[in-house]
Amino acid sequence: MAYPADYKYTKEHEWLKVEGNTGTIGITDHAQESLGDIVFVELPKVGTEIIAGKTFGTVESVKAVSDLFAPVTGTVTEINEALNTAPEQVNKDAHAAWMIKVELKDPSEANQLLSVGDYEKFVAEEGGH
Amino acid sequence: MNGNEKIRKATTHISQNEVLIFERSSAGKKAYMLPPLDVPDVDPAKLLGELAREDLGHMPEVSEIEIIRHYTRLSTWNYAVDHGMYPLGSCTMKYNARVNETVARLPGLAEAHPYQPERISQGALLIMKLLSEQLLEITGMDAITLQPAAGAHGELTGILMVRACLESRGNPRKKILIPDSAHGTNPATAAMVGYSVENLKSNAAGMVDIPSLEAQVNEDVAALMLTNPNTLGVFEREIHKIAEILHRKGALLYMDGANMNALVGKVRPGDFGADVMHLNLHKTFSTPHGGGGPGSGPVACKKILDPFLPAPVIVTKADGTLGFEYNRPQSIGRVRMFYGNFGMHVRALAYIMANGPDGLRQTTEDAVLNANYVRKGLEDAYELPYKTPTMHEVVFSDRRQTAKGIKTGDIAKRLIDYGFHPYTVSFPLVVPGALMIEPTESESKASLDLFIEAMKDIAEEVEQNPEIILEAPHNTRISRLDETTAARKPILRWKPQS
Repeated sequence: MAYPADYKYTKEHEWLKVEGNTGTIGITDHAQESLGDIVFVELPKVGTEIIAGKTFGTVESVKAVSDLFAPVTGTVTEINEALNTAPEQVNKDAHAAWMIKVELKDPSEANQLLSVGDYEKFVAEEGGH
Repeated sequence: MNGNEKIRKATTHISQNEVLIFERSSAGKKAYMLPPLDVPDVDPAKLLGELAREDLGHMPEVSEIEIIRHYTRLSTWNYAVDHGMYPLGSCTMKYNARVNETVARLPGLAEAHPYQPERISQGALLIMKLLSEQLLEITGMDAITLQPAAGAHGELTGILMVRACLESRGNPRKKILIPDSAHGTNPATAAMVGYSVENLKSNAAGMVDIPSLEAQVNEDVAALMLTNPNTLGVFEREIHKIAEILHRKGALLYMDGANMNALVGKVRPGDFGADVMHLNLHKTFSTPHGGGGPGSGPVACKKILDPFLPAPVIVTKADGTLGFEYNRPQSIGRVRMFYGNFGMHVRALAYIMANGPDGLRQTTEDAVLNANYVRKGLEDAYELPYKTPTMHEVVFSDRRQTAKGIKTGDIAKRLIDYGFHPYTVSFPLVVPGALMIEPTESESKASLDLFIEAMKDIAEEVEQNPEIILEAPHNTRISRLDETTAARKPILRWKPQS
């Protein structure tokens, strides 16, 4: 699956889409592929402050529970409630199944994240990890 | 032709249909006969009012032989180490010797009551004292509690002691360091005790990366929780240095004893710098593991942590008899009712004494030899992500097989058809698609050869006939379960059909 060119990426396999002061966050197709069938997504409450590099939730697959790492710092304004009852949406289309929206503390922080080209290279080098 | 012709192992799973015991029920049947009432009848409604329960819900009404047959049949569906090899990595599923059971069933032990006065419990106390001494000798530690009920409970106990110790020095500190190869229970333990968890990366050899450790250890770090050998089966060769780096900054070294089967009689954690550790009697010391349990997770520590051990501890009193000491002002308190799972203490002591020092050392050597025999036998068929020498277990990856769409979980399902319990799937997390194999010392060369042959045949099937693996198991009562739907939409109880 192609990685959207207008997203930013982390080495922990999250994506970030920035629109003005709002950041939308999810996990990458590579992440869902290596996790396997996702059965539960645990997200923070609206109003929670997330900090770049720290965990903001967990995703549970048939194989393991993994932490979700915040790509940027900000305050949660919305969570994707649909994932509560249909976590499989992440497996179906990871780049559309967003998890949280945040009000960014500093939109320029996103510039430090990986571009689509860098992320694709990173995934190829990591060799399916 | 279903691919089963070449399977040489004798046992396949017994296959029969069995309805739930609720569905076997018919009104009025019972498996008991009570004598006539010889005391005045009591009306619960008079005593309890509306709290008295009249509707007991749906209880199965069956005869005694129906109960016996039902559960006996179900028991034949289990796979146990008494059936065949159980190479579940990290779990040390070794044979539970019958001598353990013989000793544990002696009437004086089997019928002992925990509320018996100490003066008529001297034998039971002596067993616990002897076991404590043997485990201290094996681990090189100074003091021990037998209370914790299993491994993760031991971790909790040990880290609570670490916290109490650091608090007594004025600062409990904030973080626990945990390597990325650790058991999931380690971070859970740290969080339960109020610490935040910091991940420690492994180096290319699969060991703790010393420069990273040096950079991460500071005055905020309470302890490092380390499994040695780690979950890759690799012995942390720089363990002395690791301990020294921690101790220099006032942090402690917790050792997860899950992999003690690679060390007993050879190396003592107390000598390589561990401050506190747990043992799994149900792994290393041959007490039943899993459904048969219960477990037992003694915690051994150095002198500095002794005051914080759970109360009570076993002591020899002034008159020479044994008893429990409750007056331990700095103790973290009791962690388990009575004195832990005493029946397991009896079995573990029987195992230790039946083997003796030389026998235990031989056991360790055989466990390591067996794992390396499997490693050598399978390294051409499966990818070995870390080439570092390994001890009692070996971790392969499914990298070559994923090219054909076969993952570690699929191979494990197919292994069931060959009559083996699967290895550990997808763990440790540092190896994507892990196959974690621990044969233990219990297996003969013949059974290891059979296992290696089965795994090689499966690798061959991946190339020739991947469909048979994707649909496995074929020889069980029911074939491949939909694990995803079971996790997403679990049905947790039986409901009567309306």
